[in-house]
Amino acid sequence: MTVYSKKQKKINLMFYFFGGIVLVSVLSVFFLLISALFYKGYSNINFDFLNSFPSRFSEKAGILPGLIGSLLVCLTSMLVAVPFGILTGVYLSEYKRKSAFSLVLQTTITNLAGIPSIVYGVVSLGVFVYYFKLGHSIISAALTLSLLALPIIIVCTYETLRLIPLTIREAAYSLGANKMQTIIHHLLPYSLSGIVTGVFFSFSRITGETAPLIAVGALTFVTFLPQSLITNQFPYISFAWTDDPYTVIPIQIFNWVSRPDTDFHSNAAAACLVLMGITLTISAIALFFRAKIQKSIKW
Amino acid sequence: MSYVKIENLFFNYGENETLKNISFNINKNTVHSIIGPSGCGKSTLLRCFNRLYDPSSVKISGKISIDKVYDNILSNRVDEIDLRQKIGMVFQKPNPFPKSIYENVVYGLKVRGIKNKNTLLQKCEQSLIGAGLWDEVKDRLNAAAFSLSGGQQQRLCIARSLVVDPEILLLDEPTSALDPISLTVIEELILNLKKKLTLVLVTHNLNQAKRVSDYVTFLFSGELVESLPVKDFFTNSTEKKTQMYINGFMG
Repeated sequence: MTVYSKKQKKINLMFYFFGGIVLVSVLSVFFLLISALFYKGYSNINFDFLNSFPSRFSEKAGILPGLIGSLLVCLTSMLVAVPFGILTGVYLSEYKRKSAFSLVLQTTITNLAGIPSIVYGVVSLGVFVYYFKLGHSIISAALTLSLLALPIIIVCTYETLRLIPLTIREAAYSLGANKMQTIIHHLLPYSLSGIVTGVFFSFSRITGETAPLIAVGALTFVTFLPQSLITNQFPYISFAWTDDPYTVIPIQIFNWVSRPDTDFHSNAAAACLVLMGITLTISAIALFFRAKIQKSIKW
Repeated sequence: MSYVKIENLFFNYGENETLKNISFNINKNTVHSIIGPSGCGKSTLLRCFNRLYDPSSVKISGKISIDKVYDNILSNRVDEIDLRQKIGMVFQKPNPFPKSIYENVVYGLKVRGIKNKNTLLQKCEQSLIGAGLWDEVKDRLNAAAFSLSGGQQQRLCIARSLVVDPEILLLDEPTSALDPISLTVIEELILNLKKKLTLVLVTHNLNQAKRVSDYVTFLFSGELVESLPVKDFFTNSTEKKTQMYINGFMG
């Protein structure tokens, strides 16, 4: 048993209190923010608010185009980012030889996650909007956001794969599995919880992105919806919507708070609540999955 | 009589010469121990038998032949997947997959495309019986492999290797991470298994080598000192290095 001197005990106690105070003050700022949003915005949230287009009149205005736009843009970008991210993570962890170059590569990818998102926006404006002529469309927004999601998914995949002991790979090889079978039968299933976490985390991050979408030309006042995915003609499914203009909730919020009419500010608060609701739901799903998967695997 | 022949085996890992001109024979249905101080190349030698090394970073020459099965298992013409069906391996630390007991045992069959449920169940039972684990787990084949004790996990790993009916089983210090009781169980199992197949055992434990093996090969810094029947090795060896090693003066 360790015997602490009186002085050490005092320092220990001080740390304990200091840490507690910091924790409480940080949490209370967060709590104040959320309660202010609730106070201002709660009464505005109803079905009409979710189901209406923006309007000159604050009481008629809703977030339907932003909601649909956010969902379409984010889901499409995950469709791109998830397979590319996971495959890159697997490649870096399982196929890439350790060398000076691979270290540089890895550091670069890790740092990509920290680059200001407007930079991605400007790059995408040049590459997707003008060079590939995708226009100010849902698809160029989705590709832009997928660039933001990629490094997160890659790093999460890589890190969880690295956690799997070498002996598991050797066991699979010694039983006659080849590299691809080892990855598909063992490594990917065992790292699923980390990958799922990365995917959901990147999803909730890109849902809140504003700056890069302004750069690639999201609209601010949208009174129409993208074309429907389902059509009444063969093949009953259409991807014409990917070329449509769009807006997303964060931009709608920005638009509303910059208006002089303060009635719109409570609309903004309500939209903030909806956005937070979306991201919190995603995080909750991620936590649920993780708890469910991780129960069986402890290295 | 000699079943496996190792001839002039050299193994280079980068600049290091890990194995230098190793030649010895292994007889069928025996337990052949490979002993020597840490870093002498025992594990490397063992991994040559099922080619469990990264072929791009090693240089290897020489020949390992198995009577009537392979002319030279080190040749590129021998398919690794095929080879690892005939030569199973058990590792130092029990390394079951984080799946059910059943899934662990039948993986070797599943990876070879065998899907028939009855065949899988039957083989699973056979190899668990072979590994002396059946009575302990027959009521909970779907339980997680991680719920077993360390010794049981190691026997599960043995069962997992037995499921494809290998000719040879490689054991890389299989008891070094286990408690004394599990160790005894595994040693008894090794003696039982030699009726059906040939075992190559790498061990740090001289007493274990004395207890279970029929032949002993002694390696010292990548070179073969001698390869003898176990009795001769421990009592009649004239090699100075052997005498020093078994008397505890090195390693």
